[in-house]
Amino acid sequence: MVPLSHYLILSAILFTLGVVGALTRKNAIVVFMSLELMLNALNLSLVAFSRFLDSMDGQIAVFLVMTVAAAEAAVGLALVVAIYRAKQTIRVDDLRSMQG
Amino acid sequence: MKLILFLIPILPLTGVLVNLTLTVIRLKAERSESGRSDILQKATGVIASAVVGISFVLSVFVFIMVAQGHRYNIDYYTWFSAADLTVSFGFLADSLSAVMMLVVTGVGFIIHVYSIGYMSEDADRQRFFIYMNLFIFSMLILVMANNLALMFLGWEGVGLCSYLLISFWYHKPSAASAGTKAFIVNRIGDAGFLIALFLIFTTFGTLHYDALFEAISNYPNIILIGATMTGIGMLLFIGAAGKSAQVPLYVWLPDAMEGPTPVSALIHAATMVTAGVFMAARCYPFFSFDVGPIGYVLGMSAGELVMYTGIITALFAATIAMVQNDIKRIIAYSTISQLGYMFVGVGVGAYAAGIFHLFTHAFFKALLFLAAGSVIHAMMHAFRHTGTDGDPQDIRNMGGLYKKLSITAMTFIVGWIAISGIPPFSGFFSKDEILTAAYHNGYKSTYWFGVLGALMTAFYMSRLAFVVFFKPASKPELESHLHESPKVMTVPLMILAAFSAFAGLLNVPEFLNGHQWFSAFLSSSVGGGLTAPHHGANEWVLAGFVLTASLAGIVIAAIMYFTKKMNPEKMAADYKPLYRLWLNKYFVDDFYGKYLIRPLQWFSEKIFWKGLDRKAIDGTINVTASAIDLTGRILRIFQSGYVQTYGFFMLIGIVIILYYLFN
Repeated sequence: MVPLSHYLILSAILFTLGVVGALTRKNAIVVFMSLELMLNALNLSLVAFSRFLDSMDGQIAVFLVMTVAAAEAAVGLALVVAIYRAKQTIRVDDLRSMQG
Repeated sequence: MKLILFLIPILPLTGVLVNLTLTVIRLKAERSESGRSDILQKATGVIASAVVGISFVLSVFVFIMVAQGHRYNIDYYTWFSAADLTVSFGFLADSLSAVMMLVVTGVGFIIHVYSIGYMSEDADRQRFFIYMNLFIFSMLILVMANNLALMFLGWEGVGLCSYLLISFWYHKPSAASAGTKAFIVNRIGDAGFLIALFLIFTTFGTLHYDALFEAISNYPNIILIGATMTGIGMLLFIGAAGKSAQVPLYVWLPDAMEGPTPVSALIHAATMVTAGVFMAARCYPFFSFDVGPIGYVLGMSAGELVMYTGIITALFAATIAMVQNDIKRIIAYSTISQLGYMFVGVGVGAYAAGIFHLFTHAFFKALLFLAAGSVIHAMMHAFRHTGTDGDPQDIRNMGGLYKKLSITAMTFIVGWIAISGIPPFSGFFSKDEILTAAYHNGYKSTYWFGVLGALMTAFYMSRLAFVVFFKPASKPELESHLHESPKVMTVPLMILAAFSAFAGLLNVPEFLNGHQWFSAFLSSSVGGGLTAPHHGANEWVLAGFVLTASLAGIVIAAIMYFTKKMNPEKMAADYKPLYRLWLNKYFVDDFYGKYLIRPLQWFSEKIFWKGLDRKAIDGTINVTASAIDLTGRILRIFQSGYVQTYGFFMLIGIVIILYYLFN
């Protein structure tokens, strides 16, 4: 049987990829995808814990996360479309009107 | 009686409110140009005079009741109360305040009527009458109060009105600064008065006259607090010296002549400046208190301090008055000098004599001022009609005015004789009374200095009368344009002249077969007064010296100004140092300017303004502000607007927090 640490290491790798992608990629949709990757990395670790601790709590939490992720995707993509209509760009670097 | 006493001061206050309303209506009417404003302005003077007139009638009634032996001490309500201190709003009507009420409302009414004429061409006369009524109200509170705190309210009220009225023509810089000067100099005196009140309260626990005097007379071993009693007396006198223009706080009064002449007559001659004398008489236990050297402060009793200051002031101001050239200033210095006499009376314990001089002085000095106002009025018109430029108050521009201004001249002559002290005019009785009292109480040198002062008084007033009315006109071209003032001004002059002439008969001394009615009347409120004999040959001699000195003063002035034997110009040149000293008022103003005001200004500018205010206070605030500014500049760098940069910092933060949480 594959030990728990393997799952957690994979989850950590995926999460790190998500973080780096969210912080470095310039296309808003790619940043968005990176965020989804981070959520799914979390889902993976939750499912693993659920299996190894013989508890359904983790899986319930995963359902919740997936629902939120779906909703977030809908809102997020709508925002991206709206931003594109307003600014004719979805490059994150061009959206900096909040600077001090 | 409760209502009548209350109405006396409240009526002038009502006048203030009514006239304020009328002023507002007038200003509105002027804006809409409906043209009724002139009537409203005229009404103001009439209303203001009427309320004071009614107060006068009520005061006469109160006076009659008091003369029949009644005494009223009525508390209306508690004004304020804190811990042990309870002060009520209450009035006291005894012989002293009854006399003062008569003077304030009586002379006040006459001067109000006169002002209707004098101010008839001033666009701002509504404001003038509002201030005048407010003054009468404050002055009545001052004299009628039954406790020292309420008296202080009136005391400050009259100070305020004095300030407002001196600087009535505020667009004139000299008037504005004269008002400020009066206010500031009075503040010094008021500080003394206030400290005296604190001392009285901590020592005796009350500020109400009746309770206070009872506490003093029942105090066990009062000798032990002798120095405190004397100290209170001296502090009270500092207050009196400020208000009544005594050396060294007299400097504001000559400058106060910048105000309209009725103001000089009412406030700066007849009523407000005598408040100090009134206060000293009202608080007489502190001044007559003398237990010998153990009670002395600065080597003398409070009464002696008052007397010495009084006689110094009397001579000091009289010498200055002899050489001045501004008609109002001569009379102003004369007022200071006469106030000095009143304080001599109060200082030697002859309170009734001091108050009696206050009483007669109120009439003849108001008369002299109003007559001077009539002269100035006429001179101003003459200058305007001839188109020439000149100072309407400078006596060197006048001369021969008796031909054109005969009523003014006649009344002025009555005032001149009264102040010079020629019997049976009023000034003789009151001045003689004071000096005789000083002699009997053992202050013989004060008596002789007082006689010398009487000579100078007669001299400077005669000089004024001769130069203004009888010498050949120095500017004949003005003569055809001089006109006597209207009746509304001359009738008050005549009334005052009648009082100046005969008021002295109220207190004819016993050696002239009189009964000293006035002194006996006042003795119920200011103590028994003198115990010295008031009859016999001695009195004739003492009065004789005073009279001789007065006549000598008049004769010297006549020789100087009508014969060629003693030419004034030549005398001024012969005694140049003395003349210059007097003409420049002993350089007191220059001295104050150089050694008090300039150092104070230097200190305020260099230390308080540039040092403390700018460097210390502003500096601290500026350093704080720039520190915050610098922090902001540094933090701004992080606020780049790049969402991903924010995310990066957030990540670093989370990592650091997690590191600390699990380590």
